[in-house]
Amino acid sequence: MRCAYACGSNDHRLARRDFLGGLGGLGTLAGLGLVTGDLFAFLRPAAAKQMAAEQKRVLVINMHGGLSQLESWDPKPGTPTGGPFRSIPTSVPGTHISELLPKTAGVMHHLSLIRGLNTSEDDHGKGAYLMLHGRRQSPANDIPEIGAVMARTLESSDGNGLPGHIKITAGGGGGRGNDAAYLGPRYASISLGNGNPPQYATRPDDLSAEQDARRQNLRRLANERFLSRRRTAMTDAYTYTFEQALRLMEQRSVFDLSKEPEQDHARYGAHDFGRHCLLARRLLENGITFVQVSHSNYDTHNENFQFHLEQMGEFDGPFATLIQDLVDRGLFDSTLVIVLSEFGRTPGINQLYGRDHWSKAWSVCVGGAGVQRGAVLGKTNEHGTEVIEGQVDHGNLFHTYLSAVGLDSTESFDIGGRPVPLADPASKPIREILA
Amino acid sequence: MQTENPAIDAKLVHVAEQWPHDHPLISCRFDPTGRFLFACSEDSTIQRWELAGKTRTPFAGHASWPRDVAFTPSGETMISCGYDDSLIWWETASPEPKPVRVVKAHERWIDGVAVSPDGRFVASAGSDRAVRLWNIADGSPIREFTGHAKHVYSLLFHPSGEFLLSGDLGGQVHQWEIATGKCARTIDATGLWSYNGGQAVDYGGVRSMAWNADATQLVCSGLREASNPLGAVNDPFILRFSWDKGEKLRGHVVADVKGVAWNAAFHPLGFLVACSGGSGGGWLLFWNADDDQAFHKFQLPNTARGMSLHPDGIQVATAHHDRHARISRLVAKPA
Repeated sequence: MRCAYACGSNDHRLARRDFLGGLGGLGTLAGLGLVTGDLFAFLRPAAAKQMAAEQKRVLVINMHGGLSQLESWDPKPGTPTGGPFRSIPTSVPGTHISELLPKTAGVMHHLSLIRGLNTSEDDHGKGAYLMLHGRRQSPANDIPEIGAVMARTLESSDGNGLPGHIKITAGGGGGRGNDAAYLGPRYASISLGNGNPPQYATRPDDLSAEQDARRQNLRRLANERFLSRRRTAMTDAYTYTFEQALRLMEQRSVFDLSKEPEQDHARYGAHDFGRHCLLARRLLENGITFVQVSHSNYDTHNENFQFHLEQMGEFDGPFATLIQDLVDRGLFDSTLVIVLSEFGRTPGINQLYGRDHWSKAWSVCVGGAGVQRGAVLGKTNEHGTEVIEGQVDHGNLFHTYLSAVGLDSTESFDIGGRPVPLADPASKPIREILA
Repeated sequence: MQTENPAIDAKLVHVAEQWPHDHPLISCRFDPTGRFLFACSEDSTIQRWELAGKTRTPFAGHASWPRDVAFTPSGETMISCGYDDSLIWWETASPEPKPVRVVKAHERWIDGVAVSPDGRFVASAGSDRAVRLWNIADGSPIREFTGHAKHVYSLLFHPSGEFLLSGDLGGQVHQWEIATGKCARTIDATGLWSYNGGQAVDYGGVRSMAWNADATQLVCSGLREASNPLGAVNDPFILRFSWDKGEKLRGHVVADVKGVAWNAAFHPLGFLVACSGGSGGGWLLFWNADDDQAFHKFQLPNTARGMSLHPDGIQVATAHHDRHARISRLVAKPA
């Protein structure tokens, strides 16, 4: 099936960001058909640096399985639902979080808490979907994940050729995600299984650089001939994948954590999550738009406190270090940070010392680009069973994320001439948390 | 300790009494005299029941959940440990109990507390992976034993008083020399531990330890076959070791029971008794020394979280999530 791409419109080759005001008066150059990367050739170095600093990025920490809000952002010590952990003061006067996060408590003045979240979805898959898509799943409406949306709308103009949507997973292999829907595979995630570089990113030993170049030239020649007559979305994706793979191979060192100083490895910790946070810093510094790090696993129906003690102990140090590093390196103001999960956990403690799924009253933590510092929005009741103030849901969050990075969340993508809203038109941003 | 009561028969076990509290219970211990039962509770108190009058007295002092208690040999002093970093000294029989001494002993949780056979020392251990020895007389620190790589769950002094054992999440049991602080050896109880790659969690560990009557054998209780740690799909399991060589003698299992063997103890008549709690409910389990499989299992009304054997050898106390302490008896029900 031929798609609208065959119309040859530049719209599909230009990043939206190139096209919008972020590039000031240079929009006309973009309009003349400059592809991503060419643009910076027209800029003075100082201006290019400034533009790079203004480039927005997004970091999502996905607490896989359902982080307990009571053992993290909204503790209720001394109540029948509070569990054994106490709360501790943070760097924000009056704001307390769980004692399991002592280092995070020290950087809370950079972060904000949304404690009035009610997503009404206690299923893992559906909960994860709505938190990452901002809407409920519908068989008739495949929509892109937040990472694909951000990769598309914030696409860098610095011509680094790196993918804009990276997921660092706790385990597994690598490969490409199927999470970009109508935005196309260009914005689909690339998974770095256990933080390893993208798969097949090195040239085989028995293939010389010269042989490889000849092979690629032959492929391009055949491609060009074919595309001149039969260009489709599929061939575009095919071509893009090849070219991106080549650029990835050229810049493989971006994914090489051994390039980071030894003392930074020590600061982040000698465990997977520490390494993954350090890698996230490296990727963000190298201009990758969206980085998602998963930390597993919080689905603690059994021995909730024991497992949170271990898992939060692992999370706390690297996360706080990453936040402080982003601040110290001047990246925090341009990087939206989101700590989310698929839902929270029940205030009631079950007979296994566990907590079950609970989406009626839970929390997320945000910080960085476009959001207030040190704010707490929303409130749950004494036992944490209900939101009693400032209730919001996944739709509000998605609008807020888009707004925080400077986008108009009521805008639409133009997909083959059809407007497709970036976020749920029935929802709106949480203005109170935006800077 | 009653050892010659011919009426004792584990197969006659039944719940004789149940005592309510306002909050779920975590663990329980009889004091050495057998006069009281103490139970740690999720309301951060320790509840004391006097067996004779059934009177209940709260011990309030911990700022978080108390985890366990231990007694001096005479029973006069009780020392509790909690998830508030603290050890608290109490007068066991006080009519109006108040903390006698509070010692901030660890960073975060203290899971294990044990008193030396001579009553001079109390040991503590917890989530900071440290094992510490304290002077019972004044609460001053004596020694720290370092070497655990994971959260330490349980402690046990050797009856000689020469050694302290500490068991951790990873199934390592370190044997410490009290006099020098050195680790004399490590007993491999890793059969009680597993790492679940899919869930990325360590699970299991040495939840309790106990000696047989002449201290020639050691048992470590916990779980195995943890196919779903976060969902509590695992089986109670007890490893039996020879003390002289530290070799595994046997693994005690039970059919068709899911859970954790939270506590194990040797009955004076030689059989092993344990409580199990978890997704399979609460059970009292009984093994003979020479059998892998339990010779008897008895289902309790609710999941069990802790167990203590009374000095009379007849009564077994269990702590439950449903806000009750229960007394089961190993003799025939009254007619």
